[in-house]
Amino acid sequence: MRFLPAGYSGLLVECDDLAQVVALHRALQRTRPQGVVDLVPAALTLLLTFDASTSHARLSDTIAATDLESGDGPAQERHVTIEVTYHGADLADVAELTGIPEEEVVRRHQAAHYVVAFTGFAPGFAYVAGGDPALVVPRRSTPRTKVPAGSVALAGEFTGVYPGEGPGGWQLIGRTDAPLWDLQRDPPALLTPGTTVRFTEARP
Amino acid sequence: MIEVLRAGPLTTVQDLGRPGLAHLGVGRSGAADRPSLRLANRLVGNPEDAAALETTFGGLTVRFASATTVALTGAPCPVTVGGRTRDVNAPVAVRAGEVLELGMPPAGVRTYLAVRGGLAVPPVLGARATDVLAHLGPAPLRDGDQLPTGHRAGPAPGVDVAPVRALPSQPLLRVVPGPRMDWFTPAALELLGSRRFEVTAASDRVGVRLSGPTLERSRAEELPSEGLVEGAVQVPPDGQPVVFLADHPVTGGYPVIAVVHPVDLPVVAQLRPGQSVRFAVQRPLP
Repeated sequence: MRFLPAGYSGLLVECDDLAQVVALHRALQRTRPQGVVDLVPAALTLLLTFDASTSHARLSDTIAATDLESGDGPAQERHVTIEVTYHGADLADVAELTGIPEEEVVRRHQAAHYVVAFTGFAPGFAYVAGGDPALVVPRRSTPRTKVPAGSVALAGEFTGVYPGEGPGGWQLIGRTDAPLWDLQRDPPALLTPGTTVRFTEARP
Repeated sequence: MIEVLRAGPLTTVQDLGRPGLAHLGVGRSGAADRPSLRLANRLVGNPEDAAALETTFGGLTVRFASATTVALTGAPCPVTVGGRTRDVNAPVAVRAGEVLELGMPPAGVRTYLAVRGGLAVPPVLGARATDVLAHLGPAPLRDGDQLPTGHRAGPAPGVDVAPVRALPSQPLLRVVPGPRMDWFTPAALELLGSRRFEVTAASDRVGVRLSGPTLERSRAEELPSEGLVEGAVQVPPDGQPVVFLADHPVTGGYPVIAVVHPVDLPVVAQLRPGQSVRFAVQRPLP
């Protein structure tokens, strides 16, 4: 773990891997250190922004002394099942890139146990980790200017679901009707960091 | 109630934003020049976090349905109320039915118009700020819009004109290196701290885009996306830095060479396209 100052009121914690990011984020959500405004988990880092009541040194010390092993087990986490129609525009490309037939891509995508690592890019867009390592694919070389809302897509080690229509470069494998972003709900995001996720094929 | 006769190039409702929701992918947003919003609110007796209007390059014309007190801060526009010239940075009495008209500011970009009682548009996730990147909060104003005003105001302050420092014509922004200065050549930080950069027209509430000497990277690999702070000086592959403002993305995939001192952020928010700016690189934080 490495501590990098991100300006006068930000601390970027560089973790050893995604699992450590998720564990640290959970631990700091349970016992939020004094003065922390925002916690921003990402692929290998956790950013803390803070007010004048604390400092880089104090937060670094707190984090270094944080026990990442203890606390809530997965049983107490939120769980979401997302029904997917696997007819994405890039399903054939994913099959070709991975050398795995389309039906097997779909089977393997449903077989894995996922957890939301972090959000970003757009409100409600979640980076869902834990997928089959054989399904790791690069982003499309040319991003689409319009990805339909509800698109289920792959990039790197992550599955993402687009909450609304917008530009995007991920490989589209399917679509869901799950309400990913609803301002009338608290929290408005269906997929929040730490939420465990399964993807299942929608019944016709 | 306020009626928008002319919305101008871009006018949005802003308050102090939505801190604490970054883990949902929601950034802080809010006024780009927060001290100016706070001052405008204080001048009309509002709580500092009340919602007000943020106009870009002036051009706003509004009519007030009932008598009230307003204040204008930030970029100093020529102001008339009922055809008579009025001061900025001061409480201004407005009679029922009167029209307030803003000209174009000779310096700065963003002018704030606070109305006594605050703007009572419905809050979204606890704030009335418009995030132009995430499309959250009230839509930018259009001609003909009607905005409700609220009743959250205390006693009117006993000031005529608030003392405000003029916007610097040759801004010098303090930056602290990091978090990713080690992704750049030593020459990059040197160039950042010694050369002039010009503000480009592609600047907005998301960030101020600069053009100047190319800031070269020492590492070619892709940086996994990581959390961004307001004031971050991010360097995309073309080597031309971007200074992030209130509506910056929550995460970003290009390295941040330095971060602007929070006290200098309001200056960044008032930088005009074509203006030149310099950075004073401070000692790295321990």
